[in-house]
Amino acid sequence: MKRRNFLGLAGAATATALAGKAQAAGGHSFDGYPNSYGVLFDASRCIGCRQCEMGCNKINSENVTEPWTTLPKKDPKAFDEKGLNATARTDASMYTLVNKYEPQALGGKTPVFKKAQCMHCKEPACASACFVKAFTKTPEGAVTYNGSVCVGCRYCMVACPWDVPTYEFNKLIPYVQKCHMCHPHIKSGKTTMPACVKACPMEALTWGKREDLIKEAWARISSVPGRYLPHVYGEREMGGTNWMYISNVPFAQIGLREDLGKTPAPEMTSGALGLVPLVACLWPVLLGGIWQITKWKDERAEEDKQKAVAEAIAQERAKAGK
Amino acid sequence: MSQHDHGAQPVILPPQEAWGVIKSLLNPVTYLKFAKEHPILSLIFLVGVVVTVNRFLIGGLAGTTNLDDNNPWGIWISFDLLCGVALAAGGYTTTAGALIFNIKGLRTAVKPAILTAFLGYAFVVYALLYDVGQPWRLPYPVFWSQGTSSVLFEVGLCVMLYVTVLMIEWLPNFTDWVGMQKISHVIHKCTIALTIMGIVLSTMHQSSLGMLYLIAPHKMHPLWYSAHLPLQFFVSSMVAGMSMVIFEGTISHHYMHSRMSPEYNRDHDGVLFAFAKACSIILFGYFFMKWVPIAGENKWGYIFDGKYGLMWLIEMFGFIAIPCFLYAVGYRSRSTGTIKAAATISVLGIVFNRFNVSWFGFNIHLRPEQQYFPSVQEVIVSVFVVTLIILCFRFISKYMAIFSDHPSYSKGHH
Ligand code: SF4
Ligand code: SF4
Ligand code: SF4
Repeated sequence: MKRRNFLGLAGAATATALAGKAQAAGGHSFDGYPNSYGVLFDASRCIGCRQCEMGCNKINSENVTEPWTTLPKKDPKAFDEKGLNATARTDASMYTLVNKYEPQALGGKTPVFKKAQCMHCKEPACASACFVKAFTKTPEGAVTYNGSVCVGCRYCMVACPWDVPTYEFNKLIPYVQKCHMCHPHIKSGKTTMPACVKACPMEALTWGKREDLIKEAWARISSVPGRYLPHVYGEREMGGTNWMYISNVPFAQIGLREDLGKTPAPEMTSGALGLVPLVACLWPVLLGGIWQITKWKDERAEEDKQKAVAEAIAQERAKAGK
Repeated sequence: MSQHDHGAQPVILPPQEAWGVIKSLLNPVTYLKFAKEHPILSLIFLVGVVVTVNRFLIGGLAGTTNLDDNNPWGIWISFDLLCGVALAAGGYTTTAGALIFNIKGLRTAVKPAILTAFLGYAFVVYALLYDVGQPWRLPYPVFWSQGTSSVLFEVGLCVMLYVTVLMIEWLPNFTDWVGMQKISHVIHKCTIALTIMGIVLSTMHQSSLGMLYLIAPHKMHPLWYSAHLPLQFFVSSMVAGMSMVIFEGTISHHYMHSRMSPEYNRDHDGVLFAFAKACSIILFGYFFMKWVPIAGENKWGYIFDGKYGLMWLIEMFGFIAIPCFLYAVGYRSRSTGTIKAAATISVLGIVFNRFNVSWFGFNIHLRPEQQYFPSVQEVIVSVFVVTLIILCFRFISKYMAIFSDHPSYSKGHH
């Protein structure tokens, strides 16, 4: 057995048993699925060979799962260049991409590579933003997309802090595209782990249970003091992600934002959204009340006026009668 | 035009002839005639149709827009949706003032405001068909797969319900015209219920449009990102709505004078003064509301920092403080000219604010060359949509009793 998945099989038996409990404990204080799987990327090991990209394209172009999760087949030559420049990003024809950086931390000349794809957030912004529930956080860890309901509003793209979802702008019937951590392929038995992890010759990617990956990450960090920065990117960012990174250079220098904070995205809107029913209940009562009062006031004013007129007439009459 | 020239009652066609007008809409000759009389409007219309065909049948979103994976929302959201909805707020503000708070003299503003709001919202929905990738699925969030955790779901639901409410509120204009007074009568009985529903739904979705951005603090400039965005959007929508009523009231007054009954002409200035006072008070409050998050979250440093700080200051002083002041002066000195100027600045200010939130101050983490600028075709669609609103407004107010009471009411106690 290769080292990259040793963590995955340990404790696999308990994974299914506990997944149900996490679901039941949903709602606002969601802590994530305890036995979900994820991937750890180690920037110090990656050589920018882009075998991972190739593996991703192969499995997702050859296996038609759903019309919206099938990528166009690419020529292997397309992956020749060693790590794309730092400004390149994924588009709708790919789920992942390896960028090349020349970080200041290493003098600005030595390349460091980073693989970008969906982070598979524990509490995904995309899923919370989608108004047709097209995204699912699976108990296995992946965040999957169901194109059969997608309207194409692209609010998911606005919401995602890592600008992950892409859109098929050039198609007349477009869909969102996003890495699904090979969830459909693992489910169908096509592969035991994400194709990119399998393809990596450097073991820069490790597949396993999220909790174990965090332990492994910290073990690596402490094993060679000074080699890594003492931070596991994704352990807490935006509430935690299932795809995590460790690195020998500051994360901001390999295109990973360090200013995102720890608050899960759904929490940013849930407070305000919670007030909506209050408005819906309180407003009609208030407005109805105001309307009643103004109506009553106007009626009283009208009555008073009529009374005054009647009195005046009576007085006039009395005077005339005299 | 003289203030004392209150004109005569406008002519409203009898129902038999109304159907004739409707039938003429099916006749291409009507349009050719119109095209001859209004070449510019027709040209805009034609170009709009060409871009529409390109958007839906040939080029798709890529062939019409400058949208990309980093910039999923462009001016069809910034202008058509955000500004469109804010500027159509005249419907709920006017009906609230006239029918709930019973402010005298606003009665004549109700029908034009409802018509504008109805057309505004109907065309917001129309413009969204261009923007979303699969427009035929637009009913999905409400009828098929409800994503209740999404702010956009709330926006969608409220807008859908509110368009329906506005349609019902507007319908009597039509049914009176074609001689179906019975329907009008039933609707008039529900006026207060409809008005309250309209206000509730407006409160909800006007604020929700600001709420949309709460999920993306990491993409927005801190001067515009705030937990108060929903409140700010709601409060500013009131100003937007009333300013727009003043703004178009002025234009209609100019071009539709012959369609206005003496009462409508006479009350016109009264509407102006009532709204000027309200706008000046609300703008005053809004001005201070905008400082609260700055002070509370200690964002002072950003105000004097570069172009964003400058834009924020322009918005605050040029587009909030100044119209607030002008409205107050206009109200005190009974100067309709000053009020109209204040209304124009306020309308521009709302557009500026919505652009700042959703466009200029959004996605600022991207490199300059990655930032969004609309394509010509995107702008054409927006202009096209505005033109369609104007054409519909003109047609409806030309034939139906929008600026007058329908003759069938003159016998009753109305
Ligand atoms: S990284 Fe973005 S697309 Fe992926 S799960 Fe998180 S919010 Fe969704
Ligand atoms: S584009 Fe599709 S997946 Fe994304 S939020 Fe809209 S409906 Fe949901
Ligand atoms: S992650 Fe592995 S396969 Fe991908 S570029 Fe790096 S070394 Fe190559």
